[in-house]
Amino acid sequence: MFKPLRIVPHGTNFPFVANRTKAFVFSIALVLASFGLILVNGLNFGIDFRGGILMEIKTEGPADIPALRSQLGALDLGEVAIQEFGGENEVLIRIQRQDGTEEEQLLAVEAVKSSLGDKVDYRRTEFVGPTVGAELIEAGMLAMLGALGAILVYIWFRFEWQFGVCALIALAHDIISTFGLFALNGHEFNLPTVAAILTIAGYSINDTVVVFDRVRENFRKYKKMSLAELFNLSINETLSRTTMTSFTTLLALLAIYFFGGAVLADFALAMIWGIVIGTYSSIFVAVPLLLYLQPRRGDEEDEDLGAPGTVPQGADGPKD
Amino acid sequence: MLQFQPWKITVVALVCALGVLYAAPNVIERDLTQDLPSSWLPGKKINLGLDLQGGSHLLLEVDVDVVIAERLESIVDQARRNLREERIGYRGLGVSGDTVRFTVREAEELDKARDIVRRIDPQTETQTDVGNVVRISLTEVAIRDLKTRAISQSIEIVRRRIDETGVREPTIQRQGDDRILLQLPGVDDPERIKALLGQTAKLTFRMVDTTASVQDALQGRVPPGSQLLEAADERSGAPRHYVVKRRVMVSGENLVDAQPSFQDGQPVVSFRFDSVGGRRFGQATSENVGRPFAIVLDGKVISAPVIQTAILGGAGIISGSFTVQEVQDLSLLLRAGALPAPLQVLEERTIGPGLGADSVAAGKVASMIGLLLVIGYMVVAYGFFGLLANAALFFNIALIVAVLSTLQATLTLPGIAGIVLTIGMAVDANVLIFERIREEVRNGRTPMAAVEAGYQRAFRTIVDSNLTTLFAVAFLYFVGSGPVKGFAVTLGIGIISSMFTAIMVTRLLVVLWLRRSRPSELPI
Repeated sequence: MFKPLRIVPHGTNFPFVANRTKAFVFSIALVLASFGLILVNGLNFGIDFRGGILMEIKTEGPADIPALRSQLGALDLGEVAIQEFGGENEVLIRIQRQDGTEEEQLLAVEAVKSSLGDKVDYRRTEFVGPTVGAELIEAGMLAMLGALGAILVYIWFRFEWQFGVCALIALAHDIISTFGLFALNGHEFNLPTVAAILTIAGYSINDTVVVFDRVRENFRKYKKMSLAELFNLSINETLSRTTMTSFTTLLALLAIYFFGGAVLADFALAMIWGIVIGTYSSIFVAVPLLLYLQPRRGDEEDEDLGAPGTVPQGADGPKD
Repeated sequence: MLQFQPWKITVVALVCALGVLYAAPNVIERDLTQDLPSSWLPGKKINLGLDLQGGSHLLLEVDVDVVIAERLESIVDQARRNLREERIGYRGLGVSGDTVRFTVREAEELDKARDIVRRIDPQTETQTDVGNVVRISLTEVAIRDLKTRAISQSIEIVRRRIDETGVREPTIQRQGDDRILLQLPGVDDPERIKALLGQTAKLTFRMVDTTASVQDALQGRVPPGSQLLEAADERSGAPRHYVVKRRVMVSGENLVDAQPSFQDGQPVVSFRFDSVGGRRFGQATSENVGRPFAIVLDGKVISAPVIQTAILGGAGIISGSFTVQEVQDLSLLLRAGALPAPLQVLEERTIGPGLGADSVAAGKVASMIGLLLVIGYMVVAYGFFGLLANAALFFNIALIVAVLSTLQATLTLPGIAGIVLTIGMAVDANVLIFERIREEVRNGRTPMAAVEAGYQRAFRTIVDSNLTTLFAVAFLYFVGSGPVKGFAVTLGIGIISSMFTAIMVTRLLVVLWLRRSRPSELPI
């Protein structure tokens, strides 16, 4: 067996905490830029939220998009966006929500179908009426806020409140910058995007919890060490695991991004960004922020982790 | 944590074996499973979502207000008749908002009028107001009952209509207060189904009011007890409007059968009444020979033939200017019964079979590539232990597929992404453990002690970090819809099974290996 590879060699001691000012400047700039982009560009809400019509068609030969554009533009359906989607004979058509009730949306779908005829393959037809769109926005917001709330409460419960607050700030940082990414590239923001963001939230918090766990452990191990030093040690000790997991997850996501088809590509992109930024924020945001909240040390559940070299007793692992 | 009692080994091995067994039908070719004695082999495959197998998802809203309005209208009709019988003068009888109101001409008759109308419908509240006004409104219980019944009836009728079209395995579910969710696998052009559901198909046979002129009625002078209806037939030459009595001779509820057929080369619908309907129709036609009656469908007059002789056989035909398709659809609708209220399509998502197949193919490729990358990387990073983690990963995937197949949970496109993501994240628990073991080895522990401490210390972190992710997933499940829900299901199952495989399966493999080879140094 060949010798296992280590991305992060043992004994790595990068001064993460000492460099926190640089990280904070970067993060604040990132969040501000995201807000700016969201305000200036806005998010390109898909039909899930805005209501409207989406059709994916496959033409026999390469699609003549300008011709399609003028053909469908002539139907007087308001804003019609046409783009290549996946291959050169695959086209995505998005039509704004028609004024009036659901009835008008259905008529618009029929108008498009009769204009394009039977020569094209209708791979996907979706229409969301104004009623449902408003409800989906509500449900999406509720899911995000609810999940964040539950995560905060859980961390609060398992750690000290300072940890919960820092984890939440790091999480908000990740989510806002993901919104910013979507405002920047103008990709469609739809229900799967919300799912991706919630997954990012779960992943990012997962990462943060692992480092926090180590901080808590080190609190008991090194009673005399300064907070800054201890945080930095904790980050470095878990760095190997953090990078390993992020890397394997990224490998899987890159596979989806490149081979999973056009529908999943945006979904994967959001998550790729989320993994990168979530890993960054666990290391550079969540833990260094703890410095400013001064969590108490040593009064968590009494747990004897033992000195190195002995097997610890009484930890709450499963008993065999 | 290194002790494994034999029964525990058996349980872990059994879970893994069952996982592989139940996952197997998804991998084995269909014809092969048919050759096998399938009695002992679980045959369920993963249920593909509409976005993967192609099909149509329709969200319908039942317009329940129509049912309430109809009930109020019928109270108006009854009140008119009763007040006339009792010779009580009234004016302004009609529905305003959610109440029926009228004004009694003579103040002394107010109480009598109120008592008369109070008896019409036990589920109403009747009040009198200044100016001799009587107001009748439905109780809240009545309104709730009406709505509930309208929804359950609608679901039943929708189910019958869909069944008549021959769509296989449709899902028809109530959603929320007044919605119906319809999932139609394999339907890539739902236009016909939408058209079928777009009609309430209320059929009535009523007399034409020959005493009233259409001209007068068009100017708003409709005799009480009659109404002005449009003709369904829009050809020139045919009359555009009819004045028809409100009173229904027989309605579609009394039909037992309706079939498309031909008369004089024209497509027509032939129908049969049940015994009650046949009797009523026979009586009405024998009393009205020589007068026209109207066949009214959804408020439009299909035709208004003159009654030649009494029709006593309980059967008849509906002719009109129909095409063959229209006759087929109308017979189907009449057989299935009328919807209590109109349906509105709120949301439609239709995926063609081509896109679904492409998505499945792309998902397979992405999963395989993702899997190979992760497997390769784990071996590079952890050597022999990486191999053990990969074995656990194999069982992990088998368990996910097995659980999805057994629960018949629906796998959606984002669900595939969830599985691939799980492949990436599943190794996390093992990574945590292996990194910990490395640390313990560096701290100078013996292989046994290092493995023991590694598992013990990593365990808590694994639980903490996975539980937080599960929270996010639970919210996705409860709030999300359709594909997003599918994503939450696969991710949730993946998290749980990855915890099991990392904590139990790899640990078992590591322990067995340690027992056998008693290494002096860990290859980690």
